[in-house]
Amino acid sequence: MSEMLKYFRENRLPHIWCPGCGHGTITGALVRAIAKLKLDKNRIVVVSGIGCSSRAPGYLDFDTLHTTHGRALAFATGIKLSRPDLKVIVMTGDGDCTAIGGNHFIHAARRNIDITTIVMNNDIYGMTSGQYSPMTPTGMFGTTAPYGNVERPFDLAKLAIASGATYVGRSTSYHAQLLEELMEKALLNKGFSVIEAVSQCPTYFGRKNKLGSAVDMLNWYKERAVNVKAAAVMTPEKLEGKFLIGELFNQPAPEYTAAYDALVDGVRRKFDTFQGGVRECAQNSD
Amino acid sequence: MTNAKLMQGNEACTLGALAAGLDFYAGYPITPSTEIAELCSEELPKIGGKFIQMEDEIGSIAAIIGASLTGRKAMTATSGPGFSLMQENLGYASLTEVPIVIINVQRVGPSTGMPTSLAQGDVMQARWGTHGDHPVVVLAPGNVKECFELTIKAFNIAEDYRVPVIVLSDEVIGHMREKVVLPDLKDIKVSRRAAPSSPGGYLPYKADADGGVPLMAPFGAGYRYHVTGLFHDETGFPSNRSDVADTLLRRLQRKVEKAEPAIRDYFTESVEDCDVLVVAFGSSAMSALSAVRQARAKGIKAGLFRPKTIWPFPEEPLGELASRVKRVIVPEMNLGQLILEIERIVAGRAPVEHLGKVNGELFRPEEVLAAIMGGQR
Repeated sequence: MSEMLKYFRENRLPHIWCPGCGHGTITGALVRAIAKLKLDKNRIVVVSGIGCSSRAPGYLDFDTLHTTHGRALAFATGIKLSRPDLKVIVMTGDGDCTAIGGNHFIHAARRNIDITTIVMNNDIYGMTSGQYSPMTPTGMFGTTAPYGNVERPFDLAKLAIASGATYVGRSTSYHAQLLEELMEKALLNKGFSVIEAVSQCPTYFGRKNKLGSAVDMLNWYKERAVNVKAAAVMTPEKLEGKFLIGELFNQPAPEYTAAYDALVDGVRRKFDTFQGGVRECAQNSD
Repeated sequence: MTNAKLMQGNEACTLGALAAGLDFYAGYPITPSTEIAELCSEELPKIGGKFIQMEDEIGSIAAIIGASLTGRKAMTATSGPGFSLMQENLGYASLTEVPIVIINVQRVGPSTGMPTSLAQGDVMQARWGTHGDHPVVVLAPGNVKECFELTIKAFNIAEDYRVPVIVLSDEVIGHMREKVVLPDLKDIKVSRRAAPSSPGGYLPYKADADGGVPLMAPFGAGYRYHVTGLFHDETGFPSNRSDVADTLLRRLQRKVEKAEPAIRDYFTESVEDCDVLVVAFGSSAMSALSAVRQARAKGIKAGLFRPKTIWPFPEEPLGELASRVKRVIVPEMNLGQLILEIERIVAGRAPVEHLGKVNGELFRPEEVLAAIMGGQR
């Protein structure tokens, strides 16, 4: 515990999340993974957008950046490209990441930039009190889906994989130990990593959909989550109504900032007489 | 060997940025600013700097704010539609006091407008485009050499006052080619943000309430501090306290007000004895200058006041002139934007007339001359 506490800003606690919220469990799993890897807290930057999930960095004792809605990955891209030696982590939510931030998400994945992205998916916009998000399952209720959500949700893992992410995993606040293991591997992956952390929102998603207490929601995850390894030997009938957790994708590929630095090295060798500052630019064409 | 070169305004902006220490550029292609991105992509790797083409302009400004937080001198360049997309994060940079430079090479708007044609329609947007009261500084180059000089100045102001600075260029200034004699690098004053000496006791937003500028630590150097777009106290953490909010916003506003005499920059010609004062900026001022000279040749006492800092406007020098002239004429490539600030400063001491043009073509000097002559021949 004491090993973990040193990564928190204890004077910023208690947090603002509702009783029963899963975000604390997810933040705890991330901190345990960081502690286990013994990462230097002076060399970690945690970036977030807007929403319940995005308040997490404020409680963590790193350089932390609470940005604008949906843009965490774009800010993080600037930080990581500027300082590839830093460990950059993005904490975001389903709305922040997949609605307003969807474009930055697919492009960060495409570049395979070494950023670990933790998507706290509670199926709802919590901070604004319960509107449906691009991750809300069809038919579920939100304050802007009073007759049930007619839209289809993203499969975030598939989206990440198709966009070029090199490490993708999913777990839930019930499966906290698995979550920690996946986060650890994501932090070690040299490339764009996505962990979808399914998180209960008893206050809005739970209440609006009559899912019961936080414990009931955790049990719901327990009953419906199937580890991808177990699923491999299950029939489609048995998998009906279930969702997959575990390591969903792990396939290394060249990382963006390393590739850019290699380019810079090559260019500098070619122009090694140049001392910096103003030089004659090649005339560009219009 | 003389350092004279024939160059384009956009190229001069890029060279100015490099002279000021630019080492990070993020941008998205948009006419008529794209040459700046192209040149940065070519030049920055040579000096170990970084260039990235982002997925849109929202991401571009976000990336340069992130880079600036790690200690980089960061810039983006854009035009109308892209500048519109940047507005939210421009406010973020204002509130979080992250130094960045944005070059807006104006084109005809609204919307896609006329991408390759001239306008000066972003004067008010540059000042007020993001929501909420916020400090920004806007500089307007009037020729190619000034693109070089004012981009350096933009970086220096951004660094000295921790404020986003916009270089409000336009399609003519950006694409026009002129001979420019570049100064020696050693003669160029380059600022860098004041930094704390050690992490112990660092309060990231501690500053004199009367427009003070807090010390800025880079990320990744052991300070482990928090930056948020929420209103925050001197610790950097969010606060809902009304006294904290009031102190913060007034300090930010005061920061630029206090800086105005030091950053003030303008050009005048023949204003000492003038009856008719033309106030123009950017490419409009080129036509205005020619018109003023033609008027003088005809014996008309015309003069030109050309602000290079347009936000905050050089209020005092214009105010002094306003008491002495009979008429003020404001030619600008829009339907009346800078004139509102001129009218406020002139405050009824002389009639202020607007000369607007929004067809994408630069004023001909004769059009401004006709306004100066007020219908006389």
